[in-house]
Amino acid sequence: MTGTLVLANLKHRPMRSFLSVLLIGVPVTLILALVGLTQGMLQDARERQRGAGADVDVRGSAAAGAVSFSGESLPQGYVDVIEKQPHVKAASGVGIHNIELPLVITGIDMPSWIRLNGGFQYISGGPFQGPDDMLVDELYAAQKKLHTGDYIDLMGHHWHICGIIKRGKFARIAVPLATLQDLESAAHHVNQILVRTDSPSNDRLVADELQRLMPDTKVFTMAEITALFSVSNISGVREFTVVIMVLGVVIGFLVVYLSMYMSVLQRTREIGILKSLGAGRGFILGIVELEAVLLAIGGTAIGVLMSFGVWWLIRTFVPASIPMIIVPGWWPIAGGITLFGALVGALYPGLSAASHDPIEALAYE
Amino acid sequence: MNDPIIRTCDLRKVYRVGEVDVPALRGVNIEVAPAEFVSIVGPSGSGKSTLFHIIGALTPPTSGEVSVAGQDLSKLSDAERTRMRKRTVSFVFQKFNLLPNLTARENIAVARYIGGGEGQPGPEFEQVLRLLGIAGRLDHKPSALSGGEQQRIAIARAIVNKPAILLADEPTGNLDSENSQAVLSVLRDLNNRLGQTVLMITHNPEAAAYGHRTVHMRDGRLVEVTA
Repeated sequence: MTGTLVLANLKHRPMRSFLSVLLIGVPVTLILALVGLTQGMLQDARERQRGAGADVDVRGSAAAGAVSFSGESLPQGYVDVIEKQPHVKAASGVGIHNIELPLVITGIDMPSWIRLNGGFQYISGGPFQGPDDMLVDELYAAQKKLHTGDYIDLMGHHWHICGIIKRGKFARIAVPLATLQDLESAAHHVNQILVRTDSPSNDRLVADELQRLMPDTKVFTMAEITALFSVSNISGVREFTVVIMVLGVVIGFLVVYLSMYMSVLQRTREIGILKSLGAGRGFILGIVELEAVLLAIGGTAIGVLMSFGVWWLIRTFVPASIPMIIVPGWWPIAGGITLFGALVGALYPGLSAASHDPIEALAYE
Repeated sequence: MNDPIIRTCDLRKVYRVGEVDVPALRGVNIEVAPAEFVSIVGPSGSGKSTLFHIIGALTPPTSGEVSVAGQDLSKLSDAERTRMRKRTVSFVFQKFNLLPNLTARENIAVARYIGGGEGQPGPEFEQVLRLLGIAGRLDHKPSALSGGEQQRIAIARAIVNKPAILLADEPTGNLDSENSQAVLSVLRDLNNRLGQTVLMITHNPEAAAYGHRTVHMRDGRLVEVTA
């Protein structure tokens, strides 16, 4: 019966209920979008890293971690040295140039790249034919509306799109390594050397041996690299997520507080009627809190729907720059945060309603 | 007289308005027997409604004794007064005071739920609904009902938990004469049929005549009792 009463109240003022639910949904969307963005970007980076087909990754000694490409470059001659080591099947040096984070241009030495992983899969076009050729993956092509044969200016250079490649093979934008080295004035230097071993059981052995051989580098197995792609390894993301969650609680609190406060004021007479029927403080507080719970549930549902809207917008307009994903595991967390804010927000209006004097409430016009 | 179901002795109520004490009841003594129908008349400000509110356990008295169904209301806590309103006393108001968002049926169901009643009311209550002439109007919201229908729904709501005492505060004040007569007849019929004690405030002498006796109030005191 309490549910009937609460639902009737919500239906009686549909605009207030709708706006409350919508406003409560905003922080839910914020939380889910933020989580979807961070996890989407990490997942994308992890998949592309795995897609390189390498088992060991050699970087400059100043590399800050898996998600950072900063650090001094490595002499390209190391590639030949590495390829001669026991249990090494192939090695390929790549150059990395940041354009607009998280997008980078990857310099590829095509012969060694093909030895490493069999090369790219082409949706259209084919491998580099000249020094100004560029390959872009399907996501970047969709974002920039690029086709094979088109031209694009990047790094102050005029590139010819020679092919569109399938996503997930390390590079989103690939150019000949030599051209990138020229543009960066870093001839015969690379940022990473990707290494394939003869067996997964030898990955650790090869990594240790390379580290001993080249103490001025940082050598990771691919398992270590992909494990490093987590929120905790990106500075500020965890803190930012907490800030958004606190914001969610505060917005939920304020929306429900104001909404329920107004609602209680408008329903003073009805509260008086319920009290005249014998409703106690607990009953009155209960209907206000239950109304807040329903608003929070509605807000969470709307927030989840709106997060799909954000996902669709991102996927449509910037799929390469912001590879957002939907993370259903966070729906109950976002819902819980909202519910907490709503329950606390409804507490004062609920207690205020529960303590109304029934005679004054009945006389309220 | 049987043991009274309502008894007050030197009942006083003083309201504090700003820094001024305003006496609303100045020593009321009244006894009402079970199943009695008593009309209370008096000018505005004579203390009728305050007397109702105290007997109805909506507010405690300032001093004096008030016993309702064997309970001394002056000693009850807020929670105990709430329990009293669930089962022992119920109200019919001049402005009907139905919950506007609920249908007539839901208004009655809410009262039954709050009163601790489970399931559907018994056949006896169905008979009362037929007597009230509202059986076909139960699925309408108050805004779709006439004043007379609303008041009859309010009466049904008031008796759904079979309270010992029904307090009617000018129940015909917002009704035309035809509907007034219908409501008063229903109150008297319920009093006869269910044996409920009825206290009814009214300004209308014709309405007061439906009671077994009429009590006159003025300036917070009982001034006259007429049979």
